[in-house]
Amino acid sequence: MSGMITSSIARKVAMALSGLFLVLFLTQHFFINITSVFSADAFNAISHYMGTNAVVQFVAQPILIFGVVFHFIMGFVLEIRNRNARGISYFSYNGSANSSWMSRNMIWSGIVILAFLGLHFYDFWIPEIVHKYVESHPDDSTRYFGEMVAKFESPVRTGLYVISFVFLALHLLHGFSSSFQSIGFNNKYSKGLKGFTVAFAILIPLGFVFIALFHHFNQ
Amino acid sequence: MNLTLKIWRQEDAQSKGKIVTYKIDDVSPDMSFLDMIDMLNEQLNNKGEDPVAFDHDCREGICGSCSLQINGEPHGPDTGVTTCQLHMRMFKDGDTIFIEPFRAKAFPVIKDLIVDRSAFDRIQHAGGFISINTSGNTVDANAIPVNKHNADMAFDAATCIGCGACVAACKNASAMLFVSAKVSQFALLPQGRIEATDRVLNMVRQMDDEGFGNCTNTGACEIECPKGISLENIARMNREYLSASLKG
Repeated sequence: MSGMITSSIARKVAMALSGLFLVLFLTQHFFINITSVFSADAFNAISHYMGTNAVVQFVAQPILIFGVVFHFIMGFVLEIRNRNARGISYFSYNGSANSSWMSRNMIWSGIVILAFLGLHFYDFWIPEIVHKYVESHPDDSTRYFGEMVAKFESPVRTGLYVISFVFLALHLLHGFSSSFQSIGFNNKYSKGLKGFTVAFAILIPLGFVFIALFHHFNQ
Repeated sequence: MNLTLKIWRQEDAQSKGKIVTYKIDDVSPDMSFLDMIDMLNEQLNNKGEDPVAFDHDCREGICGSCSLQINGEPHGPDTGVTTCQLHMRMFKDGDTIFIEPFRAKAFPVIKDLIVDRSAFDRIQHAGGFISINTSGNTVDANAIPVNKHNADMAFDAATCIGCGACVAACKNASAMLFVSAKVSQFALLPQGRIEATDRVLNMVRQMDDEGFGNCTNTGACEIECPKGISLENIARMNREYLSASLKG
């Protein structure tokens, strides 16, 4: 079992499982956010539930933060080890002849997503923690929609969000189906899974782009 | 065809290598790539210069000896062939061709274009075999029924010639396609199941000890493999490894 923890296969399985966990989180985040386009009340109600439910706050949220931190740290560790494994670089390297840009540049799309998470935490998560646990404010279940819309007033912030979602799409285009290969799933359903990956990797980030632009242009 | 060759020259394992440019004229499009290097070496010999060292043996695409990273791709721009089967008709008159050794820390350069691929031998020694009693009481292999689909997949995996193109192509210098082919060819057959648990654990441990990189599923190995070894083998090895680790 000790070898399993440090082996190359264990690392790739850990990357895959943490990635799939984050995909699940991303999906539920999207479905919560999209309600803001249709109903401010529904968005407020769901946000209030997520922000005050003890299980979400003190069980799901720490697990999520651990998953995010683990995925990023493991990503950097693997990148450093993999660069070392090459040793001397090729003078002539034709990567596009045999692999997609997305698959070769997961570290760069990942770094953009990491930078985006920093901005996203600064915009929403940190003010929320301060509001709830540092400052004493009366419980207000109607504040979420207005706070969110105010953030998208800035064209710079909206633009940064849109760019980040493009990189998220690039990351998902390789990462989603690749995770299944890592955990040993490669069979007659894999072709369908790749099709689903393309649809998911385009539609979910595109949805996030739509939400950001919708609130920017509906100030 | 008149060509410009940019070839990696390195005196020995300790020396620092560099790219050296050579001009070569009157290359026939019907020559194999190795014939073309032979022709260059003849010219270098005639001038009293050190010929370019490169690996080769059968020149029929089955021994796995020839290597070479040609214009950024292992075994060159053709598909499903080794360097010895690559023909000069794949290039155009006036082309510049980069010729480099397969690059990986686990494949150190011995001289020029020759790399030490004995890491693959050590991985094989760690478990790429089945233990058979050959004292005269050996059971005929055909006495054990084998599912046709599994037999075909085992055969496909067994066509791996261990050339190392997968390592050379992978941006991470990962050897997982090679190791997974060797694990799969036995794992799919009843004769190989007996030692399956130890085999996958030992071979993966040896692969990691040799310093190969981690697989990130870019699929470059499958595209560049001259024998078309499938990524399905890597998924199978991952399943075998996880199952063996939980058992062990």
